[in-house]
Amino acid sequence: MSVALDDRPTNASGHGRLLVLALTWLAPAIVAAAFLWLIGDVVLRGIGGVDWNFIVDVPRNAGRAGGIAPIIVSTFLVILVCVAVAVPLSLFAALFLAEFSRASVPMSRIIRLSLNCLAAVPSIVFGIFGNALFCVALGMGYSILSGGLTLACMVLPILIRTMENAIRAVPEDYRLGAAALGLSKSQVIIRVILPLSIPGLLVGLLLGVGRALAETAALVFTSGYVDRMPSSLLDSGRTLSIHILDLSMNVAGGDKNAYASVLVLGVLILVINSGIAALLFFSKRRSGLTS
Amino acid sequence: MAPLDVTSDSIFWRVNDLTVSYGKALALSSVSIDIRKTGVTAIIGPSGCGKSSFLCCLNRLSEMIPGCCVSGRIEIQRENILATRFDSTSLRRRVGLIFQKPNPFPMSIRRNLELPLREHGMRDSREVDSTITRCLTEVGLWSEVKDRLDAPALSLSGGQQQRLCIARALVLKPDALLMDEPCSALDPVSTAVVESLIQSLSKNYTIVMVTHNLRQARRLGSDVAFFWMRDGAGMLIEAGSSDQIFNSPRHELTQRYVLGQVA
Repeated sequence: MSVALDDRPTNASGHGRLLVLALTWLAPAIVAAAFLWLIGDVVLRGIGGVDWNFIVDVPRNAGRAGGIAPIIVSTFLVILVCVAVAVPLSLFAALFLAEFSRASVPMSRIIRLSLNCLAAVPSIVFGIFGNALFCVALGMGYSILSGGLTLACMVLPILIRTMENAIRAVPEDYRLGAAALGLSKSQVIIRVILPLSIPGLLVGLLLGVGRALAETAALVFTSGYVDRMPSSLLDSGRTLSIHILDLSMNVAGGDKNAYASVLVLGVLILVINSGIAALLFFSKRRSGLTS
Repeated sequence: MAPLDVTSDSIFWRVNDLTVSYGKALALSSVSIDIRKTGVTAIIGPSGCGKSSFLCCLNRLSEMIPGCCVSGRIEIQRENILATRFDSTSLRRRVGLIFQKPNPFPMSIRRNLELPLREHGMRDSREVDSTITRCLTEVGLWSEVKDRLDAPALSLSGGQQQRLCIARALVLKPDALLMDEPCSALDPVSTAVVESLIQSLSKNYTIVMVTHNLRQARRLGSDVAFFWMRDGAGMLIEAGSSDQIFNSPRHELTQRYVLGQVA
């Protein structure tokens, strides 16, 4: 009697466990399969198009032939402008939010609210805004500068929020410890808090750059389509993502080089990711925070 | 409260009517006490009686705590350190603070000691190095770490970390050290090492130490102050020499507390 009573729930939960077990394996398997399929597809179709010539040559025949050298250069320049503008702005905004204002202060609530709104704005809207402000109103025209500045506006929310979290993640013990040594607030920030939040700041940078590298819509109306080698920041420049869009949507027979460009973009993202991961690893090991 | 029976020259802190509150909650109500130069003043009492709040006022770290409001007077050499025009950073150079949980910065051992020195304007590298050597020797850590000054401070044991924190406070040549239960996070062996260190430091520094451990207070304290909590707010019941507090307390509550009859 007692055995029968005890058995049923055990059996039922046994089936339940099996189901949960199956699902916890199935779900990641599906995710992994989708990822591998995507990567595999890109690598298989793209690898044939990528050689040294592809990297150093200029696009020919609207990109059907030739390489992507000016595209890579333009991509780097746009990212450079974006990072150079967005990182200092974000860092100081994050410092303000984390160190100089309490959560309840109206100013910080307004900033937080606007960041949330900015984060929800579709990138095409940033594109149109960037076109109106930088290209037209400020007279920069379709240029790498306009594109980079537009991207900077776009990545600000994500940068500020991750950087704010990184600064807040520095334990209060260290703040008090440094203050107890007679360090002023600015010394505490520069010598203790910022050095200790570098890993988190790098993660923010990584997210921002990743977002910027992948961006297309915000750049169509700002940095433009021109696939010549840029000679200054005021030249129009075509980034990798726009090149891919153009080849696959507008150029018949551009598929092969589109895939090759996707592969280059993928490798680029991978390299940047690994670079920052390595930096992270070494900065953590130096501080003794890793086990 | 009856002041300690000493002349004013031998007083380091003269605390008068000190009241601390956090928002609307009163944490410490009207504490008056004189703290003698050199020696260890042990502060005992149950949890929540405002011992740590009191300690934080002595170097004005209280102003870093959101919502913390301090009133009253604390004098060092007849100057009120609670006055807003009094420079709290220079005060903290003279009065080091050791936290309950060792908190060396997650940097190298050398950098932990170098940072306060450099930030306070010591430029000469040889002077920095000799100060580091002197302070590590003073806390008995030199022989243990001299070959790995560039190793992360967090790779040290808990007791070593706490001694490193004491060395970090000593590099600034303070007059006084505040210690907030400096041994409560340490094992018995490390506790013994840190205790004997405190004892030897007490010859040259004014030390105020919060402790939960009555035996530690008896072992180390030259003076003892007993805090208690009434209606949610901490207050000073009595202060005096260690011998007087433990053997012939004036207050019945003190007697019962040191005998372990109330907690």
